[in-house]
Amino acid sequence: MKRKLSTKIKERAIENLLLLSALSSIFITVSIVFILFYEALGFFKDVSLWEFLTGKQWTPLFAQPKFGILPLVCGTLLVTGIAVLVALPIGLIVAIYLSEYAPFKVKEVVKPILELLAAVPTVVYGYFALLFLTPILQKFIPNLSGFNALSPGIIMGIMIIPYVSSVSEDAMKAVPMHIREGSYAMGATKFQTAFKVVIPSAFSGIAAAFIIGISRAIGETMVVAIAAGMMPNLTLNPIEPIQTLTAYIVGVSLGDVPHGTLEYKTIFAAGITLFLMTLFLNILGFWFRKRIREVY
Amino acid sequence: METGKIRKRIALNRFRDHLFWIIGLLSTLIGFVLLFTLIIDLFIDGFPRLTLQFFLSYPSRFPEKAGILSAWVGTILVMIVTAATAVPLGIAAGIYLEEYGKKNWLTHLIEINMNNLAGVPSIIYGLLALAFFVYFLKFGESILTGGLTLGLLILPMVVIATRESIRAIPNSIREASYALGATKWQTIKDHILPYSFGGILTGVIIGLSRAIGETAPIITVGALTFIAFLPTSPISSEFPFLSFKWLMDPFTVMPIQMFNWISRPQTAFHINAAAAGIVLLLLTLLMNGFAIYMRYRFRKRIKW
Repeated sequence: MKRKLSTKIKERAIENLLLLSALSSIFITVSIVFILFYEALGFFKDVSLWEFLTGKQWTPLFAQPKFGILPLVCGTLLVTGIAVLVALPIGLIVAIYLSEYAPFKVKEVVKPILELLAAVPTVVYGYFALLFLTPILQKFIPNLSGFNALSPGIIMGIMIIPYVSSVSEDAMKAVPMHIREGSYAMGATKFQTAFKVVIPSAFSGIAAAFIIGISRAIGETMVVAIAAGMMPNLTLNPIEPIQTLTAYIVGVSLGDVPHGTLEYKTIFAAGITLFLMTLFLNILGFWFRKRIREVY
Repeated sequence: METGKIRKRIALNRFRDHLFWIIGLLSTLIGFVLLFTLIIDLFIDGFPRLTLQFFLSYPSRFPEKAGILSAWVGTILVMIVTAATAVPLGIAAGIYLEEYGKKNWLTHLIEINMNNLAGVPSIIYGLLALAFFVYFLKFGESILTGGLTLGLLILPMVVIATRESIRAIPNSIREASYALGATKWQTIKDHILPYSFGGILTGVIIGLSRAIGETAPIITVGALTFIAFLPTSPISSEFPFLSFKWLMDPFTVMPIQMFNWISRPQTAFHINAAAAGIVLLLLTLLMNGFAIYMRYRFRKRIKW
């Protein structure tokens, strides 16, 4: 039996329409890359790449502007480092607990609530870091500045626990039961099995989880824009105010920056730095994730 | 080894095991404690401000007169544009990748690209929108720009949710439909889409709740923080009764309003920020709670 021609045409048209929608994602990526490169190229016509990468001062809005990206990168890495110190160990422990220890019913309740933690708007976390956590920390660290890297770092760390724990847990779940049973049969406790058998077997997945967590922390904006201050500061001291790449973009966008000026282009220069950092991590994470499936 | 030593070692191992069990439980609780403290803190600070007047007033220089009228109206209008962009595009892309896409380089490329897009920081979408929507397409700092930006941002989430719920449908359903002479599109329209509806809806709700709370890309686009008027009404008194002028109006949204109040030095404005935070938090938690509940129900009900 042959279908009617009109049906065939309609089927074909729909397929092409759907393909077009799927291709839109490629269009978005291409536009992001093109726009960041195009505007940043305009920036590098006025500022040498060498100055950008090695300059120790970032004062683009001053009368005598300096365009060294290092303070912003340093601020980003400092806050990310603090967040990672909080999120990675706790996220991993939560994943082990959920995958190896927790009974089914506990899991059923805990996992959705952990998801809610990732659903809270970041501006609310920013409020919390600035007006709740910082005053508390100031009681323990007397010379802690009102804006600092420590408080948003800690909050961001707790915020990304769900990302780290859910991907790690998935990786641990993928470890076949018989491997654990072998360990139990040798008389190992759950603790020994988790650390000596499950974690090494799930290594790629856990690495992917850590990388995803780090990438989230680098790209996070509002918590640092609110609670870390707006001071490009080349320091690794967590009690001082700093500025991250993301917070700089927010800070400039809040003012009225005319289109096409050098200040306008600086946010794209900061943006491309941020994009390349997260892109590198995302590719690395993707590579680790792919390896999970290949192991067994 | 003598028995005594072995016993000791077993006891030590047991102790470690129990200790870790407790540490695990406590670590899991940290998240809960934070969420709980956050809610309590916001309520203590902001609850007294949550009056009807707060919802019906424009922002103002005087903290006790200021409200979130233009912010919540803005949020609703921006979300309409966001949903209108991300939902059809995301579902269509998801259907293509699951049902049509052959295992070739193009499908593979789209897949990798989708995963990568989901990991791009939201503020980068803001930069894209600033250069592309605001200046290149000349949409300006409008509701349309804001909605499109957030639509692109949540597109990967809608695609991933669509694909996951389509993948859960067993092949026998498709084969049964083909056996009765249905075309591919008829199968998708009458079987695949209705069966995956729950999963897709869950993904859409979670995506929209993320878009509601998203601040950074909207700031980059240049949404104003002080808007003491409402956009043009979508319903007009003259024919054709529907007006789309609101798409081009300047706007503000809830998280921007909250951010604006946080960044002021006066404590009175911080109270307003807390009140706006309560509204924002409850809204996103309710949406997510609903989505989680739906997913749970659909998972229970459908047994292939």
